[in-house]
Order: sequence, then C-alpha cells, then structure tokens
Amino acid sequence: MLTNFKRIITFAINDFSRNKGISIAAVFVLTIAIMLVTGLFFFQGMAGYLISQIQDKIDITAYFKEGTQEQDILDVKDEILKTSPNIKNIEYISKDQALAFFNEKHKDNAILSKALQEVGDNPFLPSLNITTSGDPLQYAQVSNILQTSDFSKLIDKVDFSQKKDTIEKVYSITTSINIFGIIFGIVLIIIAILVVFNTIKLAIESSREEISTMKIVGASDWFVRGPFIIQGIIYGAIAFLICILFSGIFSYFLSPQIRAILPGFDMFGYFLTNLGIFVLIQLGFGIGVGVISALIVVKNHLEV
Amino acid sequence: MIKFNDVTKIYPAHSSNGSPTAVLQDISFEVKEGEFVSIIGKSGAGKTTLTRLILGLEEPTYGEVYFKDKNILNADPSEIQKIRRSIGCAYQDYKLLPLKTVYENVAYVMEVEGKSHGEIKREVSKVLELIGLKDKIDNFPKELSGGEQQRLAIARALVNNPKIIIADEPTGNLDPYNTYEVIYLLEKINKLGTTVILLTHDREIINKLGKRVITLVDGKIIRDEAGGRFII
Repeated sequence: MLTNFKRIITFAINDFSRNKGISIAAVFVLTIAIMLVTGLFFFQGMAGYLISQIQDKIDITAYFKEGTQEQDILDVKDEILKTSPNIKNIEYISKDQALAFFNEKHKDNAILSKALQEVGDNPFLPSLNITTSGDPLQYAQVSNILQTSDFSKLIDKVDFSQKKDTIEKVYSITTSINIFGIIFGIVLIIIAILVVFNTIKLAIESSREEISTMKIVGASDWFVRGPFIIQGIIYGAIAFLICILFSGIFSYFLSPQIRAILPGFDMFGYFLTNLGIFVLIQLGFGIGVGVISALIVVKNHLEV
Repeated sequence: MIKFNDVTKIYPAHSSNGSPTAVLQDISFEVKEGEFVSIIGKSGAGKTTLTRLILGLEEPTYGEVYFKDKNILNADPSEIQKIRRSIGCAYQDYKLLPLKTVYENVAYVMEVEGKSHGEIKREVSKVLELIGLKDKIDNFPKELSGGEQQRLAIARALVNNPKIIIADEPTGNLDPYNTYEVIYLLEKINKLGTTVILLTHDREIINKLGKRVITLVDGKIIRDEAGGRFII
C-alpha cells in the first residue's frame, strides 16, 4: 500500500516535470482562477466596509428633557436592547459628556467657545445615541419604543423623522450591492471552475492513450487515477503559493490607492487579518478544483 | 489456455441509417499452453477484436471466451486485472508510455503488481539486456527508432514472465531487418515455454515460421492448420 502510494507520487512528480508545457498552462489557468476568487473576496471586504461605513452614519439620537434622571434614561436603553438585541451600538451621553465632546470638537473655534460662555449654563441635553444595523425594520422598532407613551414624556426630541427616506434608500442600495456581489461572484466562480476543468481535461486528454495502456497492462483504477489526482494537487498547491504571494504584494502596494478611494479601509490590513480565510479559499479552490477535475476526466477514460 | 466458444461480436450501428457490424462470427478455437499460434487475415478481418476479447476490453455479443477455464465475461474487475497482468501484449503502435523512460516503461508493468524495488531492478535489467536496450535505459520512447520501440514493447510484455504473449501486428511498422529480429525474439520466448499468439497479415513471416495458423476472413475462421501457410 505504502509502496504503491510512493510510486503514485513519484509518477505524478515525474509526469508534472516532464510535461512542462501542459503543467505550466494548468498552473497558469488555475492561478488566474484563484486570483479571480481572491479578487471577489477583496471586493466583498471593500463592499462590506463601505456598507458598514454608510450604516454607521445612520443613527438615531434621542434627546431627553432637562432634569431627566439618569436611571430613567438607562431604563429606555435597556428596553431598546431588549426589543432589538441586534442593535449595533447604543450609547448614553450625559449632559457633561455632551459639553466635553463639544468643547473638544470646537476647541480651536473661539466664536463657538465664546457663544457657549455667553449662554453660561450647560445647554446640552442628555441623550441616547443609537446605531442600528441599517435595516429599516430595526429603525422602525427603535423609533416605536421611543414614541411609546411611557418614554415619550421623557424625550425632548428624536432626530429620526428626517432620516427615514435616506435610510430606506441606503438600505436598498446596500441590499442591491450585496445581491449583485453574490450573483456576480457565483457567475465568476462558475466560469473559473469551467475554465480550470477544461484546461485539466485537455491536459489529461493528451494522456488518453497512456491511460488505456496502463489499463491493458493490468493497472488498477487507483494506480492509474492516482498520479493525475496528485498532479491536480500539485497544480493547485503551486497556484496557491503564487496567489497568496501576489495577494500580499498586491494588497500592500495597492493599499494607499484604495485608501484614497475608500478612506479608512486598509487593504493590506484586511489581507493580514483574514489571512487564514485567504489561505483556505485559495488552497481549497485550487486543490479542490484541480483534484475534482482530474477525478471526473480520468473516470471517463477508465471505462476499459 | 485460451478458448473461444462460438464467439460472435457485433458492433451496433453508429448512425440511425447504418447497420450493425458483425466483426466475428461463431469463432471457436483453443490455444494450448506453450503453443505458437499465428492468426492471419486482412485488415478488418477481426484480429484485433480477438485480442480485445481475450483482455476483457470487449465483451462478446454471443459465446464465451475462457482464459485458463475462467469465463472472462464473468470475471470481476480484480480478476480482469489479474488476467491482463498474466498476458504480455505488444502492438503495432507499441502503446508505450511517452513520459516514462525505457526503464520506467518496463518497470511499470511490475510496479502495478506491487513488486519490490529490488526485484523490479533485477528483472528489468535482465529483460532489457535480453532485448538489447540496456544502453538506452534513460531514453524516452520518442528517442528510439521504430525497431527499438517495438523491442521495448516486447520487453514490457516479457518482464512479468507472462504465461502468454499476444503480439498484434508487431512488425507492421518495421523494416525487414527489425521484423526478423522481433520474430526471432518471439520464437525464442516461445521456446522458453511462453505461449505466443501472433496476429499478422505478413505472408513472409507466416510462411517462414511454419507454426499453427488460424485464418480469419470476414470474421470467420476458414482454416486452422498446424504448420500452416499464408493462404487467403
């Protein structure tokens, strides 16, 4: 068994190195296909970042009346969290915090500082800043809670009414981006798989006579199939190494340009953070498609 | 050793207007151990189909083919593999493995049987020496002449000490000198006890051999004579 396995590996390595033209072509096509899938993953990362950035901007701020007890505000916070547990963030900002934020933000603006001094007292109201997932449904849930009679008497104003249309528009755009990304991704992956399959098919077709000879001399199906499968693994592994290297270099050098278009998105950081997933996708796709293609094509020639 | 019992092989029509082709009709003969049998006939007479039936590459439409009393039709895949391993084949188009060297081509037949590295090395060297290709062990088939390629095919057929060698038009692509060499080799192998089935349409070879000749015409055996001659 072990002897046979060693022989199969030796055959595969020999065939790979002796059939250079076909091996290079197969690795090349597989590399392109993996890069395509990797590109889609980067695209998904950027689209996800963009969507989350937009959604983060969609928040609701409920300003509470002067003199509202902190505990009452925290009760409202708890009620919101109970009703919408998937809420992205909810933050209580006290009067003092609000003043501190204002001062910090406008420390270089003498006019505003002076105006604040004229007012004398702290003019800010305590508030709850709520960031939803961007889903209009969640938005509606939160606004309903804030408008219930129990809480509405504590609330001075909520700034959600004027955002409703924008939120619905943004949600529809982000949903469209997601759907488009999935469909586009599936189509591209199918094309990539078909291209790789056909290249490996051509590579094995050239060995058709050889396969028939192997069968005639009494080789078992696995003895014939084995080297082609191992070659599929070699194609996939080499293509993976090229791709992971390229992905790293590519994301490193393209990072500043992408940051210019998408401020705050660190492409190289995204690559490093998701290195495990990149490895899994590239290795899985490369070796998976290589091996499955080899298995299917050889099977068709084994019917002797 | 090999027995054909009323074997008929009909290939179905390729198109809706075509008609099925009967390549072999009611073929019955037996090849005994140690025999040298030549099967002659024009191209298309059904000679190659005969070998494909023996190797289990085709199934007879009617009748039975036996290899050592085993009906090949009833053999499971592992039995078919064993049968194929005990038959050495040499073809007109050599059927060599182009990506393997001379040594590897011959060794492959032993490797499929799981033989040890030492035994393979010993046997392959011995057979390559016998066949006269010892100095070309690292060459690839495309680097050999037609005669050398055919000798390599025979070396591969011989290396497992098969009980039987089937040579299907082994001299079809060779010049007279190499033809003589190959036939001489087959005779020598036969003298050592291996059964040889030679399929050919070469009149001169048959007449010179003076061994048993089965004559096939349009898929039927019209003659089966010991010490026969080429008469079609």
